[in-house]
Amino acid sequence: MLGFAQLFASRLVKALAILIAIVVMNFFLVHAAPGDPAMVMAGEAGAADEKFVAQLREQFGLNRPLYEQLATYVGKIAQGDLGFSYRQQRPVWSILAERLPATLILTLTAFALALAAGVALGTLAAITVGTWADSAITVVALLAYATPIYWIGLMMSLLFSIQLGWLPAFGYETIGAGYTGLAHAADVAQHLVLPVVTLALFYMAGYARLTRASMLEVRGQDFVKTAKAKGLTPTRVVTRHILRNAILPVITVAGIQAGQLVGGSILIETVFAWPGIGRLAFEAVLQRDYQVLLGIFLVTSVMVILFNILTDILYGLVDPRIQAAR
Amino acid sequence: MTTPLLDVRGLSIALPPGADRPLAVDNLTFTLNPNEILCVVGESGSGKSMTAHAMMGLLPHPHVRVSAGSLLFKGRDVLTMPEAEQRSLRGGRIAMVFQEPMTALNPLMRVGRQIGESLREHTSLPAAGRRARVVELLDQVGLPNPAELADAYPFRLSGGQRQRVMIAMALACQPDILIADEPTTALDVTTQKQILDLIRAIQAERHMGLMFITHDFGVVAEIAHRVAVMRHGKLVEYGAASDVLNRPQHPYTRQLIASVPHYIEHRADHAKSGPALLVAEKVRKVFHVGGGLFKKSKTVVAGDDLSLTIHPGETVGLVGESGSGKSTLGRSIVGLIKPDSGRILFEGTDLLSLDRKGFRPYRRAVQMVFQDPYASLNPRHTIGDIVAQGPVAFGENRAAALTRARELLAMVGLDGSAADRYPHEFSGGQRQRVGIARALAMEPKLLVADEPVSALDVSVQGQVLELLDDIRKRLGLAMLFITHDLRIAAQVCDTIAVMRRGKIVEMGTAREVFTHPRDAYTRSLLDAIPGKGWEIPADLRHGPAGPRTVEASA
Repeated sequence: MLGFAQLFASRLVKALAILIAIVVMNFFLVHAAPGDPAMVMAGEAGAADEKFVAQLREQFGLNRPLYEQLATYVGKIAQGDLGFSYRQQRPVWSILAERLPATLILTLTAFALALAAGVALGTLAAITVGTWADSAITVVALLAYATPIYWIGLMMSLLFSIQLGWLPAFGYETIGAGYTGLAHAADVAQHLVLPVVTLALFYMAGYARLTRASMLEVRGQDFVKTAKAKGLTPTRVVTRHILRNAILPVITVAGIQAGQLVGGSILIETVFAWPGIGRLAFEAVLQRDYQVLLGIFLVTSVMVILFNILTDILYGLVDPRIQAAR
Repeated sequence: MTTPLLDVRGLSIALPPGADRPLAVDNLTFTLNPNEILCVVGESGSGKSMTAHAMMGLLPHPHVRVSAGSLLFKGRDVLTMPEAEQRSLRGGRIAMVFQEPMTALNPLMRVGRQIGESLREHTSLPAAGRRARVVELLDQVGLPNPAELADAYPFRLSGGQRQRVMIAMALACQPDILIADEPTTALDVTTQKQILDLIRAIQAERHMGLMFITHDFGVVAEIAHRVAVMRHGKLVEYGAASDVLNRPQHPYTRQLIASVPHYIEHRADHAKSGPALLVAEKVRKVFHVGGGLFKKSKTVVAGDDLSLTIHPGETVGLVGESGSGKSTLGRSIVGLIKPDSGRILFEGTDLLSLDRKGFRPYRRAVQMVFQDPYASLNPRHTIGDIVAQGPVAFGENRAAALTRARELLAMVGLDGSAADRYPHEFSGGQRQRVGIARALAMEPKLLVADEPVSALDVSVQGQVLELLDDIRKRLGLAMLFITHDLRIAAQVCDTIAVMRRGKIVEMGTAREVFTHPRDAYTRSLLDAIPGKGWEIPADLRHGPAGPRTVEASA
């Protein structure tokens, strides 16, 4: 267990170094983009004379040398201050804090669903390989993978909310209904169904294919023969021996995708008018709202790093060889 | 006469359409009695493993299936039993040990639990009882600290230890029949001896019927009561061990026994002439394993203070068990690995002092033949290209190089059309011939052959060794022959260097080393060769010049 704590500590230190590098890179990335934030802000404010622009530059430190701006930026980040959105007249952190839960609840639910359904379907396909069930699963997975995600989203809301009227078509909650407690949770859950299923379908297809391929590969390995020679039941051979080994590559891929989910739900959030980080990012780009954009970059980077550490730990728990190799 | 434990009658196993033959096993009949060791001998593809798999219900269903015959266990046909009943036999009454200890255990499960699974399936023991039994079993197969070892993952154990775990697993439910499918083939010779002794002792103690599948007549001579020889799915000879070993009747059995390398034979001493071709002086190589930002890497000394000399025309054998560092030295000489210190002098030039450019001419002069003929040829290139690539890289005209490649392929015994075909169209022995032709295309002065025949069947082994010997004589090549098999080294080498744990413990002429080994380790290696007590029948023995020609069997 000592080795485990050591592994965790070393990953945290590495993560911190990566985070600092990301903060610095984000800063330069935004500054490399064409366009002058002072001009934009002046435009937003409706007055664009030279004097006002110069005053804005002075106020936000935009006339200082780049390295000084960088130092100020990094210093502020270290204090937990993500800056102030001039456009929205609010601190960036409070904007993010408002949007983040909606995105997290959407993406994490979709992720869990995709992983569970994907692994289950992949396993089913692998143990029935060559039969109609396998073909059906493969075709469904291929369709889900190949169809554009927004199109699936639109079709689903057309069918389930407009034609059948079973589920709300968009939004996070019923506006103005004023639900509280359990009623509120149920309301949000209802709104969740369509976007979650749409997002999950896409990722599920990938996990199903990966699980199937991995299971078929592991199935041919010697230790599976050993397990069968012990007289174990087919179920036990599949769950204890094949699946446990086959799941390793799935964990690797899922870990990479889990980090991207947070930033990668822009399309879904747009289609279903979901008030999350994805849509916020989209708006911030259009409005050249640099402070918000930088904040989003930072938050999504932290998510990616966090999920990578989680994956590493999970992998270390599942595969004892990993800890030894470090 | 007691009823046999196992009675196989007219067993046929059908292969899917498109396979190289319709039946993997063809009308096979034999019996296995209690307290008997039956050795099933044959080369790869002879159907010996298929037979065992059929017994265990492990055939790759539905492509391969039993098409005729019966498999009677204590008088009841296993093949017609309901699946649940078959499962209770598997691992319960009939247990099996496999060839590859490195891959036969689930890498993610503690070994104790893997053994316990078998008990869980076939007995009503509670968890604590199972645990106690597992520890007892691990102790019985001679593993140290069984209680601790039960909680280890397989990757912590060596090959020999894993094979012991496999045996413990097979013995868990006190089976009547133990099937061992080449259980020692992947192991070093000294470990092989230990495992053979263990299997034999356990068999005698429990009066089990043991079906031992092997390709090695040395092992057969060591343990068998009765022998069944299989070829292309058919039983060609079946009888008491002493009869089959000493008075083989079938031509195929005679051929197999004739190609068994025998360590009594060794060459006349090589007359060393002129200056040394290659001198290795105090070569040292340390590998750093693992390590990272916060952890120091572990160091593994693969070679230390390694010195040897090769004269023109001489074949030097480098013998040792896996991990002894013999390949490290071979690769250092070819320039694939850079040693940390020491000198490697080729015709007086220190190869290690040269930079990449300076070393380049010597790449031609020292060529290597690799162990695995399946993995060492690029599957996307034609054989002709593979052979010609080296000379072309050294500026030879492509057309000339291809013509030369055809000549070389003819020289190694492949016909002219081989040049236009791809590696997958050839058998293992033929691929190894291509590997040799490829090395020869560079017109080397020294050939480093790293286990060139250990992946091949015994009769093919003989042919490839003969080819190497023929080439050596014709071209006057010097050779560094790396092998773990002392019997082969005895046949092929003038001089033998024995390696252990990164050091050369003994070096001398083959005659000296084999007749008067000085080092205790060499003696233990010689002692571990299976089948020492058995003399190949006189009419099948051949002279000390090398293995006799064996007709192609594949």
